[in-house]
Amino acid sequence: MASAAQRSDLAAKLAPKVHTTGPSTPHSEEGTVRFEIANLDFFYGPKQAVFGLNLKIPKNKVTALIGPSGCGKSTFLRTLNRMNETIRQTKVVGQILLDGQDILQMDVVKLRRRVGMVFQRPNPFPKSIYDNVAYGLRINGYQGRLADLVEKSLRRAALWDEVKDYLQKSAFALSGGQQQRLCIARALAIDPEVLLLDEPCSALDPVTTAKIEELMFQLKDSCTMAIVTHNMQQAARASDFTAFMLDGKLIEHTETPKLFTTPKDARTEAYITGRFG
Amino acid sequence: MSDIRLIWRKGLNIVMLTLTGVACFAVVAVLFLILGYLVWNGGKSLNWDFFTQLPKPVGETGGGMANAIVGSLKLLGLAAVIGLPIGLMAGVYLAEFGGNVFSFVTRYTTDLLNGVPSIVMGIFAYTLLVLPVKHFSALAGGVALGVMVVPITVRATEEFLRAVPKSMREGAMALGASKWRTIATVILPAASGGIVTGMLLSLARVAGETAPLLFTAFSNRFWSPGLNQPIASLPVMIYTYAIAPYDDWHRQAWAAGLVLLALVLVANLGCRLVLNRRGAYRSV
Repeated sequence: MASAAQRSDLAAKLAPKVHTTGPSTPHSEEGTVRFEIANLDFFYGPKQAVFGLNLKIPKNKVTALIGPSGCGKSTFLRTLNRMNETIRQTKVVGQILLDGQDILQMDVVKLRRRVGMVFQRPNPFPKSIYDNVAYGLRINGYQGRLADLVEKSLRRAALWDEVKDYLQKSAFALSGGQQQRLCIARALAIDPEVLLLDEPCSALDPVTTAKIEELMFQLKDSCTMAIVTHNMQQAARASDFTAFMLDGKLIEHTETPKLFTTPKDARTEAYITGRFG
Repeated sequence: MSDIRLIWRKGLNIVMLTLTGVACFAVVAVLFLILGYLVWNGGKSLNWDFFTQLPKPVGETGGGMANAIVGSLKLLGLAAVIGLPIGLMAGVYLAEFGGNVFSFVTRYTTDLLNGVPSIVMGIFAYTLLVLPVKHFSALAGGVALGVMVVPITVRATEEFLRAVPKSMREGAMALGASKWRTIATVILPAASGGIVTGMLLSLARVAGETAPLLFTAFSNRFWSPGLNQPIASLPVMIYTYAIAPYDDWHRQAWAAGLVLLALVLVANLGCRLVLNRRGAYRSV
């Protein structure tokens, strides 16, 4: 873990990049912060997608990222488990600390084991339900009884009762909502500290969406979550903190009720009241 | 619109429809003519001896082509062992790691290789494996066919791997899988149906090749144990028997043609059946 002195040293190096329109950071009473992002810039080749972003993601809370399409929220989310590295010619500048450790220095496999991800469209593997959940355990060389952990993960994802008799069936036989919960179970199986959700409900109907939101609420005990969503009601219902992004910049970040009732920035207000985006 | 114009358009429609229909019929008719003729003539000459006996000496009637059937299977097996792994690996490289100059060159070369006449492949294997040891061998024939299997396998593998959605790769990577692990455990299984079909197609294509075998595997009127001796194969037997002046040999050539066709068909159907049973796990 980097010492405080080292970190302030780094911060000093990065200092010139601080943008004048600094975002407000929440002053949470809970204290512990899981992710601490400082002066983050992100580039796709020559095109910059994220500008000088500063954000703290508190532990065991749900942080929602909202903003119009193309505002960089998904890009930002994908830097948190370094998924963007799979795209060629991308560049990250700045600092992302996970529990005080710089993730850019971390082994990417270790990082992704700690930071799970659920994608916009359900993406089960062409395997049985059981093997889907067991996949992460197997590739990470889990030594214990797989069956127990598979059951536990499916229970945590509120899917166990629906699939317990069909574990050997293909994952493609499940409905879209079940597939998405299977993907959540798959991510939960390796017991991540953080779960990143990239518009997990955009392909689902309202009933299933409600199930997943309920699930997020229950997972808060053990997991920190960051969710990108286009659905403002969802952000308001399911999150503790909300960050509003526009054109690659973080405009406002505060407790969800505050952001939706008394936004400080005129652009935030315009967006949440539906005047653009 | 005038009536004449309407009649003209309708007439043109009918004419074009008829032309395309006739073309289709011609294609199907030729195919069925060949098939029917083969089944008619081959079926008449096919008997149990054909599958169990060796060819009889010149002048005697009867006998069979047991050695050529086994020989063809052996040569195809060799071709598969030599050509399919190389084709698969190269296809994986092109689809997953490629994108630079080297893979462009590889892709282009593969297409060229696909167009190389089969007799040239035979000369290649002849120079490489027959000339140095000064005798024909099953191995040389297997290599000639194996090289011919590579191009179709490469392109089929590449194409079907590319068709696997990106989201599936990301799903595996997000769980901490390395790139190779992702390919081996998620991407390849997802594309397996198409890849296996491509492999079968390439094997079916070389199953009927005669030219590359003429001066590599040559032929043999007896059993050919091991890989180091000349070996009989159905296509070469058909060639030899069809141009011989004996009616009995002509009949056997027809029977060999039918057996060769049946072999390819059975292998194809068998694989498809196995794949379909596992098909539920595949993506659509």
